[in-house]
Order: sequence, then structure tokens, then C-alpha cells
Amino acid sequence: MNRYPLWKYLLLAFALVVGLVYTLPNFFGEAPAVQVSSGKATLKVDASLAGRVEQALQAAGIKPDFVQFEGNSVKARLADTDTQLKAKDALNKAFNTDPSDPSYIVALNLVSRSPHWLARLHALPMYLGLDLRGGVHFLMQVDMKAALTKKAESVAGDIRSTLRDKNIRHAGINREGNIVEVRFRDAETRAAALPVLNDSQPDIVWVDGNASNGDLLLSGSLKPEAVRRVQDAALKQNITTLHNRVNELGVAEPVIQQQGADRVVVQLPGVQDTAKAKDIIGRTATLELRMVDDSVEAAAAAAGGGPVPYGTERYVERGGGPLMVKRQVIITGDSLSDAQPGFDDHQQPAVHLTVDAKGARIMRDVSRENIGKRMAILLFEKGKGEVVTAPVIRGELGARFQISGRMTTQEANDTALLLRAGSLAAPMEIIEERTIGPSLGADNIAKGFASVTYGFAAIAVFMCLYYLLFGMFSTLALAFNLLMLIAVLSMLQATLSLPGIAAIALALGMAIDSNVLINERVREELRGGASAQAAISAGYERAWATILDSNITTLIAGLALLAFGSGPVRGFAVVHCLGILTSMFSAVMFSRGLVNLWYGRQKKLKSVSIGQVWRPDGAPAPGGEAADKA
Amino acid sequence: MEFFRIRRDIPFMRHALVFNIVSAVTFLAAVFFLATRGLHFSIEFTGGTVSEIHYTQTANLAHVREAVDKLGFGEVQVQNFGTSQDVMIRVPVRSDVKQAEVAQRVFDALCAAEQGQVSTKAVTTPKGEAITRPACTKADGNEPFELARTEFVGPSVGAELAQDGAKALACVVIGIMIYLAIRFEWKFSVAAIIANLHDVVIILGFFAFFQWEFSLSVLAAVLAVLGYSVNESVVIFDRIREAFRRYRKMTTHEVIDHAITSTMSRTIITHGCTQMMVLSMLIFGGPTLHYFAVALTIGILFGIYSSVFVAAAIAMWLGVKREDLIKSGPAKEGGDPNDPNAGAVV
Repeated sequence: MNRYPLWKYLLLAFALVVGLVYTLPNFFGEAPAVQVSSGKATLKVDASLAGRVEQALQAAGIKPDFVQFEGNSVKARLADTDTQLKAKDALNKAFNTDPSDPSYIVALNLVSRSPHWLARLHALPMYLGLDLRGGVHFLMQVDMKAALTKKAESVAGDIRSTLRDKNIRHAGINREGNIVEVRFRDAETRAAALPVLNDSQPDIVWVDGNASNGDLLLSGSLKPEAVRRVQDAALKQNITTLHNRVNELGVAEPVIQQQGADRVVVQLPGVQDTAKAKDIIGRTATLELRMVDDSVEAAAAAAGGGPVPYGTERYVERGGGPLMVKRQVIITGDSLSDAQPGFDDHQQPAVHLTVDAKGARIMRDVSRENIGKRMAILLFEKGKGEVVTAPVIRGELGARFQISGRMTTQEANDTALLLRAGSLAAPMEIIEERTIGPSLGADNIAKGFASVTYGFAAIAVFMCLYYLLFGMFSTLALAFNLLMLIAVLSMLQATLSLPGIAAIALALGMAIDSNVLINERVREELRGGASAQAAISAGYERAWATILDSNITTLIAGLALLAFGSGPVRGFAVVHCLGILTSMFSAVMFSRGLVNLWYGRQKKLKSVSIGQVWRPDGAPAPGGEAADKA
Repeated sequence: MEFFRIRRDIPFMRHALVFNIVSAVTFLAAVFFLATRGLHFSIEFTGGTVSEIHYTQTANLAHVREAVDKLGFGEVQVQNFGTSQDVMIRVPVRSDVKQAEVAQRVFDALCAAEQGQVSTKAVTTPKGEAITRPACTKADGNEPFELARTEFVGPSVGAELAQDGAKALACVVIGIMIYLAIRFEWKFSVAAIIANLHDVVIILGFFAFFQWEFSLSVLAAVLAVLGYSVNESVVIFDRIREAFRRYRKMTTHEVIDHAITSTMSRTIITHGCTQMMVLSMLIFGGPTLHYFAVALTIGILFGIYSSVFVAAAIAMWLGVKREDLIKSGPAKEGGDPNDPNAGAVV
């Protein structure tokens, strides 16, 4: 009757082992490490950097625990903080030849000390939220109005030149909010203009109207899908720009994510200096298009011989060679409306650029006079310029042109990204900000841990005293529950916050309910006169329906919080829901497994150790201990 | 060890009226306090800026208040938080000041009041992590205080969080009602929700009366309590259903008494255990979790009362019968409607 089939025991054992393995990384603590990331927008970090880092460290006589490339930085774990400082110095010397213009940022960070084989199983320590780690959290909202206004402005400019090219007279073009209004003096001109406008501006829908002074109007507004596209593009571009900029701070695990349709969450652990973070994030970068100086003097200067000629500046190209670029700016990033990676006519990777009408006019003039010469595109950040790309002008360029030749698809992607990064698509405003000091973070962990430990101990003592052996089984089930909960949280890498630790405590406090239900039921069956084995069986069976019902109602509350919560409360909801699921598994299956293991085989079981089974009429219950005459 | 030596079913339902009057009175009192005093919302709902400063010595609140008042931010709250060295400064949303800068300006003002210099320190912790933080250093190199935490919530975000909280509450109520209606019967569903919402209102009433800070964590605790206290009602309803099946001769009144009596031990022990855990949180959890734990405590205590006595009483008054829960009963006894002896039990 109380026997579990072998497969159930194997399942429990498997769950136990998995739980132990995935909880283990949490106990190892953290070790000092150095993190190398790119300091310049044009410099990309890839796996080859890991090899160079290892070589540089070896040359300095430092032996790291491991060097690995993950995300977009290289981390090297070291033995202690002294070695960490030595490593930082060695890497700085090896990689940053010019300290005032560092190509790589070397930062000091902490990395989990858990052994490598665990990491390969994907067993990582729990992801601690900011209120447990210390750091800064921003919620930024993209000013969509400004993005749409910008688009409307550029549309107005484009229409002006389109209508002029097609010789269609208009009485004025102006922008009202996000609507572009084109005025006409008579209906035929308006009718003639409509197909032209529809052709050149496919994203705009035009509506006839009448102006106050009798002129005929065409009001154009962006189609809804176009608005959504502008929104999406603006958000994604801002996120990319933020990624690049946050790299400079050398933060261990920054989080930059989209939240909703127009918000970005930025979390920087370890940084409490919000002023610096805001400064970096709010910075603007500019893009400039200039001609390359190919005169003899310039070539001489590039080779290292002569002085740099007047009206020219020296920059470093992507491959590392010098590039002499004229000082005069042809067009700036404001004129660049889009840059997308793609393919040219020969199916080679290329970057397609689109400039607005004003920019197109300038490009046409300049390119016509400079065919065969090189044009450099520079990105200016923090006052310093870097060469993004320097292609040769092959023909007359217009509003849409492409850069191709000798680049891989990855390079085409990167170049397009950089070109777009030159102008932040829409300004961002900080609507929520949270800073947690480092000592508070450590404090919070200690407090949370203490609450859970002492609460668990109190419950364990009570259960063992009141229910004796069954109480021990219940306590073991509760411990198993805790193990499973932490293992699942570590596996899912769910963010643990202080309310999350409170949720662990609460989940344990609620989980004991199931065991109390079972134990009380068994006692009641014994009181009623059932035999020991029958009492155990009936107790578990009858209690199961009640356990299911009560856990489902608590789960409903948890799910609602999950759906509508955000930030630390969401952490609470996640742990709450997981806690309910693990408690159902552990309280029923695990404790029954233990009971079956202990009592199941004894066919002539006389009594079970479940504490006193008090009978009202004083007679000893068949399955329990004798009660005193109360 | 057996704490609950109960010989007979305790006749609870005889006093059903008294129980319900008591609960109605407390309910009205809670509503009264909510209406007159209102809840003391944290900045997560109202918007504003909060700075927590940890002084190395006992903080001089008057001094701090003076320094902050000079900034002219209007109604600023300055109070101790946890220990006497921790000060919490709360600045409401103001339209004339750039919100994101308020925390920085408060820090600067406090530093100036201590005759210190604001600077950014880049330090490496003893464990080896590089952190940068703002610091206020006096001429002798000491730091009179340290920034523990700041939080700034824009007004729009605050309004959204409040709305989300209300939606979450509505969802929980509806979800639970539907589940109970399916699992038991609509009368039980209504009874459970009335009894347990009454629980929630009492917690809110306490918070309004004592003007404790109502933050998002407290809201999470309230929702968790709602789910938990419906548990109690479910356990009792389950017993009622089982008793209806087993003891055909008992009236509804007696069945409910029997159900409550037999689950009494389990109810008290479970609540006791959960309360031990929450007590541990109250003692060791620190100021951040304090009100969360308080909300849970009130919920657990009043939960026993409302779920056990009130829910069952309301179900009884709504006229719950054996047939409501045992739908398959009469049909199983043979299906001939013309048989005059149908349904007879010997």
C-alpha cells in the first residue's frame, strides 16, 4: 500500500542531485578579475583578444585561473587582489600605448569562484538584483514626439526639392506638429502634385483640405505602421548607442533592455556615481563626411616624414594606418537619414546610405568633381574623431548611394551601426532612477539570509517536537523544497531581489501547510481507528485534493503579481510562483517517498511515530501511542 | 504532544451572527480610517525622490532639515529610518525642479552643511571590485556620512505603478472567484471573496490608522495574504464537502461546525508556523522588509478569523445545501423518476 515504484525513487534521487549541482555555485563566493572591453566605438572586441590578453599576462609573469571571451569583453580571473592590480597595470601597458586615448578599458571586477566544470553545465550562481549588489538603475523614456518631429521636418525638406524638381508650383510648405502641410493655389496643381508626392514619400498618407485663407491644402501624416517603425528604429538605435557607451564604464554585467514601446532600462552594478553615468549616456556623437587629402605633402606627412599640411588633419584608419583628411566638412550626420547593411549588384556586402535633399545636392556636387578620390567618414565622440570608413568615389552620388568592396557582412553590419550611432535618433529622458550603495547591498543579503535561516530553524524545531518522526520527514521535505527553489532560480538566472528573499521565506512558511495537512489527516485516521498503513495511505490521499486547491489560489495571486509587477516586486512574484510549484512537489512526493522508504515494507506495522494521537475516550488508538486520560 | 484535545464539535455557527457583526464593525472602522486619513503612499506611487543617508554618528535631524529646507523644495520629509544614524529624506514631485537632479542637490547641500567637499571616489573593495561612488570628505579626510540609497520616481511612472497595482488586485479577486466557483459552487465563491477582501481592507485600515508607509512590497504582501487566506476557506469548504458526503444525517449547520472543528488544529498550527517565519523577518529583516512583514502578520492573524468564521457563516446564510456540492448524488441512486421510493436511504 505504501510503496513507491522504483522509478519514483529514481526521479526523486535525480531531482536531489540536480538540485545540489545547481545550488552549489552559490556557495563559492567571488574572486577578483580584470575585464577588458573596447574603449572606442570603432574598435570591436572579439575572441582573438582573449589570446592577446593571455599572452600579455604571461609576459608579465601572471598566471590567471582562466581567460575567456564572453559577451563583448574578455574576463580573466585571478588569485587575489594584488595579482589583480598587477594584471591591470600589465594589460594597460600592453594595450593602451597612448594613455590619454585608450583603445581598451581595463576594469577591476568580481567573477564567481565556482569551478569551470560547473559553468560548463550552465550552473551559475543566482543573478543578484541591484538592491543586493549595489549599483544604479535608470528607466529612460524616449521622446517619441521629438523623433516624429524630426522625421516630419526631413519630409518637409524632401518635398520641397521634389516639387521643385518636377516643376510643380506650391504656395508654401510648413510643418504643424507632426503634419506636413503643402498649400496650392488651384485644384489642378494639387491633383498633379498628389501622385508625385505619393511616389516620393510612400510612408505618408495625404488628405485634401482647405486653408483658412482659401488656399487648397494637402495634409500629410505618417501612416501608423510608419510611426511604429520610426519608434522601433529610434529605440533600437538608442539601445545600441547606449551599449557602446556603457562599455566604457567597464561595468561587469550591465543590463540595457527595452521595456514596453518607448522605454529603456539601464542597470549598472557597481556604479554608484550617477552623475558620471548620466554624463556618458547623455553624450552626443557627431558624424562628419570629409575628403581625403591625397596631395604629395600629405603623403609625406603620413609616411612620417614631413609636417602635416595646413587644412589637413591626421587620423588613424581602421587597419591602423594613418589617414590624412581635409579639415573641411562636406556633410554632417544630421543629413544622414539612414544607413543599412545589404548587398550590391555583385552580391558583395555593402552599406546603403540615404541622405536628405540638402545632403543629396551637396553629395552630387562634390562627387561629380572628385571621382576616383577617397572620401572619409569620421565619428566624433568626446571631441576625438575616428575613421569609420574611407571608400573611393566611383561615380556621381545622389540621395541614395552605397559603400562596397572588401568588407565582410559582419563589417558591413558594424559600419552601418556606427554610421547610425552618429546621431541619437531621439532624445531620452530619465523617468526613474535608483541608486543602492554597496554596503547596503551586502547588508540586505545578510538580513535576508538571516530571516530565512532562523525562520526555518524555528519551524523545524516545532515540527520535530510535535510530530516526531513524521515531523522530521516534513522538515527534510522543507529543506528539499528550499534546495529545489534555489536550484531553479539559479538555473533560470532569475533576478533575486530583497523582496525575492522575503518570498523564499514566505514560500517556506506556506509550504509547511501541506505537511501539516497530511500529518493532521494521518492522526485523524489513526484516531478514527484505522490501521497504521491504512492511516498513512488515507492521510496522503485525502490531503492531496486540499493541498492542490489551496496552492492554486496562492498561485493565482502570484501570477497576477507577475503580470502586473515590475522591478523588485516582479522578483517577489517569480520566487512566489516557483516556490508554490516546488512545494507541491516536495511536500507530497518527497515526504511520501521518505515515509514509504521507512514504513512501507513493514507489513505488520503497529504504530507510526507521529506524536500523540489523542482519543477523546481515552483508549489507545490502534496505530498510535497510548494517550493519557485527559 | 497534542494541543487540540477537542471532544465534541464546537457549535461555532450558533454564534454566526456575533462573528459577522464583529467583522462588519471592524470593516467599517477600517473603511472610515481609509476615507479620513488615507494611505501614506511611498514615492513609488506618488513620484518624488528619496535619499537614505547613513551617518557615522547619530544624525542631527534638525541640522539636516535646515540644510534641506534651504534648497526650497517645499514639503520635505526628514526622519530616522531604522537606526538613529540613518536618515531618510523625501522630496515630493515638483514641476519647477529637474527631477533627476534633486538627489544630487540634496547630497551637495548636506555635504555643505557638514563643511565637506563633494567628490567622486573610485575605490576598489577589499574583495577586488572597482566601484565609483560620490563621497563627502571633510578637511581632516573623514567622511561624515555615506549615501546608502537614492530613488527617484517620475510622476508618470508612479501613476502607472498605482494602476498596475489596482489591476493586479482586480485580477486576483476575479481569478479566485472563478476558480472557487468551478471547484465548489458559486455561493462558496462569493462567501470566500467577501470574507477575504474584508481581510485586505482591514490590513489597509491598519496602515491608514497608523500611517505606515504603503509601498509596492506592502501591496505584494497584501496580495500574497489574499491568496493565502483563501487557502483557509478552501480547506474548510473541502471538509464541508467531505462531511456532506459522509454524514448524511447532519444538517448544514452541524456539518459546518464539524468541518471547522476538525480543521482547527491544522489551521492554528499552519498559521503559527507561517507566523514564526514572518516573525523572523520582522526581527532580522531590517527596515526595508519591516512593513512587508507587518502586513503579513496582520493578514495571518485576521485571516484565521475571517476565513474560518466569517466565510463559513456567509456561506450558510447564502443557503448552501448538500446538493450544491454533491451534484452526482441523487442521479446515482437509480434513475426511475416514477419510483416513489427513489432516494430513500435505509
